[in-house]
This record gives sequence, C-alpha cells and structure tokens, in this order.
Amino acid sequence: MGNIAIQAENLGKQYRIGTLRNKQNFREAIIGSVKNQLRHVAQLFYKNAGDTNEAGRTIWALKDVSFQINFGDRLGIIGRNGSGKSTLLKILSRITEPTTGFAQIQGRVRSMLEVGTGFHHELTGRENIFLNGAILGMKKDEIRKRFDEIVAFSEVEKFIDTPVKHYSSGMYMRLAFAVAAHLESEILIVDEVLSVGDNKFQNKCLNKMQEVGEQGRTVLFVSHSIPAVTRLCNKAILLDEGRLLEEGPATKIAKTYFSKGLNYLPAERLWQNADSVPGGEIVRLYAVRVKAENGEIAEQVKINRAVEIEMEYNVIKGGYILMPHFHLFNQEGTKIFITLDIDAEWRKRPRPEGRYTSRVLIPGNFLQEGLHIVWSALITLEPMIVQFFEKDAVMFQVVENADADTARGDYARNIDGAVRPLLKWTTSYDAIKH
Amino acid sequence: MGKRAFFAESLSNEEEASSIKATVASVRIEPTNGWVSLNLRETWEFRELIYFLVWRDIKVRYKQTLLGGTWAIIQPFFTMVVFSLFFGKLAKIPSDGLPYPIFVFTALVPWAFFATGLSMASNSIVANSRLITKVYFPRICIPIASVTGGVLDFVIAFVVLVGMTLYYGITPSIKMVCLPFFLILAFSTSLGASLWLSAIYVRFHDVRHVIPFLIQIWLFATPIAYPASLIPEPWYTIYGINPMTGVVEGFRWALLNTNTNPGLSTILSSLVALGLLISGALYFRRIERTFADII
Repeated sequence: MGNIAIQAENLGKQYRIGTLRNKQNFREAIIGSVKNQLRHVAQLFYKNAGDTNEAGRTIWALKDVSFQINFGDRLGIIGRNGSGKSTLLKILSRITEPTTGFAQIQGRVRSMLEVGTGFHHELTGRENIFLNGAILGMKKDEIRKRFDEIVAFSEVEKFIDTPVKHYSSGMYMRLAFAVAAHLESEILIVDEVLSVGDNKFQNKCLNKMQEVGEQGRTVLFVSHSIPAVTRLCNKAILLDEGRLLEEGPATKIAKTYFSKGLNYLPAERLWQNADSVPGGEIVRLYAVRVKAENGEIAEQVKINRAVEIEMEYNVIKGGYILMPHFHLFNQEGTKIFITLDIDAEWRKRPRPEGRYTSRVLIPGNFLQEGLHIVWSALITLEPMIVQFFEKDAVMFQVVENADADTARGDYARNIDGAVRPLLKWTTSYDAIKH
Repeated sequence: MGKRAFFAESLSNEEEASSIKATVASVRIEPTNGWVSLNLRETWEFRELIYFLVWRDIKVRYKQTLLGGTWAIIQPFFTMVVFSLFFGKLAKIPSDGLPYPIFVFTALVPWAFFATGLSMASNSIVANSRLITKVYFPRICIPIASVTGGVLDFVIAFVVLVGMTLYYGITPSIKMVCLPFFLILAFSTSLGASLWLSAIYVRFHDVRHVIPFLIQIWLFATPIAYPASLIPEPWYTIYGINPMTGVVEGFRWALLNTNTNPGLSTILSSLVALGLLISGALYFRRIERTFADII
C-alpha cells in the first residue's frame, strides 16, 4: 500500500440534458414518438442505445480530471456552482459512475453529501441516530459505542426520545451533523454541509472537521466558503466548467479562485425580493454597498484611499438594541477583522421602526492590495440573536497607487501580509560609536 | 510525514488492526458495461443496513394509525369475508371439501405478504431517491428490506390463521414444517418481480400505474378464490408456472391437509421463482448504475 489514498485519472462524467425537439409535423411526430418509444425500451437493456446523433444533447459535467491525494491530506474542492464539484464527490462516493477514466481508492470511504440523509421525521432522535448511522455505513456496535458522544455533540440530550418532527431546524441539523461527524473511516468526503445552522454551530462543525483532519484521516471537502476551505484543508483543487484548472496548496488555490474572478461578487447588492431577503421578524437587510471617498459605488479603491462599507436595513419591529457588523476576508480566505458598530448615538438605544443605513469607514493605507470579501451581519443584543448573517455579500479590490506615498515607500517588490498599514516609524540617532 | 506516521500507528493498533485490514481494500471506480456480477458478498456486508431499513419500515408503517398492527389482520380477514360471501355462498365455488372461509383465508395470508411486498418494493427505489442520490450502498438492499418488512405482518396474520384452523377443527399435521419453504417461495417471487419493476420504475414512471393492475390480475390468476384442483392435468402442473400457485397450493396442502398433490407443480413454481429472482437481480444490477443519474 503506497502513500496515495486516492488517485483519479481522466475522470469524466457526461449527462444527457433534456431533449430538444425540432419542430415537426404530425406524421413525423408519430414516427418520431414510436422511434423514441422503441429506443426507450432498448434503453432498458442497453444504456448506450439511441446515443447516435444525440451528441448535441449531452454535457460533460466533469472532464479529464486527474489528481492525487496522499493519506492525511485534507483536500478542498473549490469552484463555482455547476463547476463539477458535486459530480466529482458523487463519483468518488460511488453514487454515480464516471463516463470515462477511473479512480483508485485505498481504504474505506464514507461520505456526507447532505446532512440528515435518511432521517425519518416520525422516528425519535435516538432511532434516527441508529438509522442514519447505518445508512452512512456504520455498524450497530460502532454506533452504540459512540452514541453518547454523538448525543453530547448534538446538544439535544433532552429531546433524544422525541420524534424529530418536533425538533427545530437547528436541533435537527445539529443531530444530523453529529452522526456524520462521528463516522470512522480512512477517507471522509464532505459536501457543502457546514452552510447550515447558526454561526456558533458552524464553527463547532468546522472545529470537529479540523480535529478529524488532525487525526491523520484523509478528508475531501467542498464548500462555498473559502475561509472554511483554507482553514480546514492543506491542499485544494480548482474546478471550472468541469475541468481542473489548478491544484496546489489551499491558500494558493483560493487566491487563483478570486483573481480569476471565478467568485465574482458585485460591490453593491440589493435585496428586493421578500422571499430571499436576509433577516426575520425584527430586522431585514436591504442593501450592502462599497463606496469610494466620493460616495460612488466602487469595485476598486486605491490603497491609499479610504473605503466606506454600508448596510441599509429595515427595522420592522422596533424596541431592540441592534449591533450591525461586518466581517472582512481577503482573497486567501483569511478573516482580516470583524468590525462592530459602536456608534455612541444608537449604541444603547432601542431603535424605532424605519430604515437605517450604517456605515463604517476603513481608512486608506490600511488594507492589503487584492480582493476583499465582505460579510454583513446584524445581531440584537437582548436577547442575543443573529438577525441576519449574509456571507459573501459584496466584494471590492484594493489596488496599488504608484503616484501616492503609501506604506510601500520606495520598495518595489511584493509585500505580503493580511494588511498593509501605514505606520509611523521613527529612528533616533546617536553619533557616538560604541 | 507526521500524519503518515500516525496512520501507520493506527494500523498497528491491535484493536483496530483486524477491522481495518479486513476493509482497507482498494476500490477501483470506473465505468462498467453490460451485465455485472451480483456482488452478493457486498450485499451481505450491508446486512445491518437491511436490518435497519426493515426496522424503519415496520416502525413507521403504523405510526399515527388508530389500529396499528391490527391492519395486518383486517385486510386479509375482510377480503376473506367478502370472498366467502360472493364466491363461496353466492357463486358456490368448490373449496376442496373444506369450509370456504378457511380455504380462502389460508391463501390470502401468504398472498397479502406477496402483494404488499411487491407493491412496496416496486415503489421502493423511487421512494428512497434521497438515499440513492446521497449515499452509496448496494441498491438491492432497499427492495430486499421492503419485502422483508412484510414478514411481521405475515406472522401476525398467520397466528390468526392457525387460530382459525383450530376453530374449524382441522388438526395440524407434520406437513406444517414445509411452510417456511412456501414462505420463501412467496418471498422470492415477490422480490424477483419487484427487482424488475423497481428498476424499470426509475426510468419509466408508468410502472406506478402498472403495479395495482398487475396485482389484481395476478390475484385472479392464482387459485385463491377457487381450488387449483378445478384444473385437469396436465394443465394443473403447468399452472405452476405462476409461482404463487405453488405458494397458495402449498399452504393449503401443509396446513389444511388437502388431498391435492402439489409435487410437480411446486417444483415448476420454484424453478420459475428462482429464475425470476436471478434474472431480476441481474437486471437490477445492470440498471442500478444509472439510478442516481436519472431518478
């Protein structure tokens, strides 16, 4: 047994897409339909029957993807929606077969492509742990052995003998994740499952995943959250339109992902559709914007110029003390800071209903050059509840300004680091030689 | 390298070594074509999953029902009442010299097991599409579990059946030891037909409309309301082509001491059931690779 846990060679997956029918007359339609029926019947036995002259009706969800994962690697799979991430996971999980190529896998694979697969709402929490565990491939003894651990992790001890249909969605998710998080296998495949639940729980999940990774198990991880990928994974592959664009260290791949504009976000976002608006009964987000000093929406700001980020929101139910805040990430997925609104005017004052705009000014000569991603969030303090938490709300790019005096001074080469603040330096001088 | 060392260490851990050694098999994922092996060994490895699926089906079936497991008796019982009234009393259909109610109930109990299993299992793949698209396991576990789930209902109804034979003063004979064989025959027929239907169902939802219709026709093609002895040789033996004939006649023979001689017919039924099961399993295996894509 070598050091290689998974070796994928030229993996490809072709899907047939909905039949596009040309206009035809009645007779043709009849003949065509009979032909179709016969072909369908033939398909019962031969999966390739009727494939002729249908080339235009298929798409490659994945094409010529080759990579290698060593034991103990935590591989992040990055890409836009529809880039083939899920297809790749499905092939490696043996849910679907590749059309071309092969993958050689050493060791048991268990996958968590969805939280709570096979949960039955009529069954109790306890029963679902056993059912779900068995579906995910655990043995009964294994589940029994880890039962207490799973329950403790899920924090639903009190309701463990209640049918899960009475659970809140948060409890349901916690229980479901808890089962999956306790799978024992050499290789663990995890799809976008951490995007559920509240922030605290997401963090707990991420910690758990990190723990799994540190146990030396091989993890394949898909997430839209680049920070989650860079935190969890040492390596990553970047997929786009079914092809593998790049593989390498996770932070490097994250950078490529942003720099190629694969994760494009605008500098202004408006939520006008009542169905998808972030928020609830108290506050609803309306807009998030990035503005330059002149007050205009800006996708790019110069490094020596201030940038203003604002969120506009509607207070639907008055009487609460609110705390808006932003999270700022760089293109490697590192969180640079969280900034909370501590403006004295509203800090301790319950807010009446109405529309508000809260702004924060980030001074020039502070941020690093490159892409910055803004998450927009708001909490009520009493009770402490997250009202909305909009990840990947907007994005802007900080660019160099050669004409101005910046933190770069006269140094022309690359300067890395999460921020590039212009700080005050002083030098004292003493003419006496020691 | 540290992680590699850790992995090596966990391999040497005695407690886990055996289980890991046994399962760290290399898996090769690649396109397959044509007929593939049944892979019974892997299905056997997933027997606990089958157990849990059966357990789920049983637990859930009578949740939030008023009468619960009594339904297992009510259905065949009332069918018996209706059949006795119309076929026994009005149409005066012969019943091998036995009281008509016990004659028909003996057939209805295994029939209910067969028909419920067929209907549940044929729907089972589509009904469990969430599982199919999210988790890997041998898909055949699902229809197997669906048919097996009916065994409990069968046992409940069977207790009533035995009670009835005693009520009608029929003394049980040693022939009863053959009953498990006929139950297995019913199981195989149900599963074999379901494997075909459930796999076709994934592509063609027409199957949903076919199932109730098929069960109804099959019911009358099986000597339930009438005795097979109405049929003269050699047709009686050939009648065994319908494996449920073997089951029903077998139950009557074993439980009610009928004077029928199902020997040859039973052999024919068993062969057909076996053929149905094997062909169904092969076909299922052939099509299952496309389930997740087209479900």
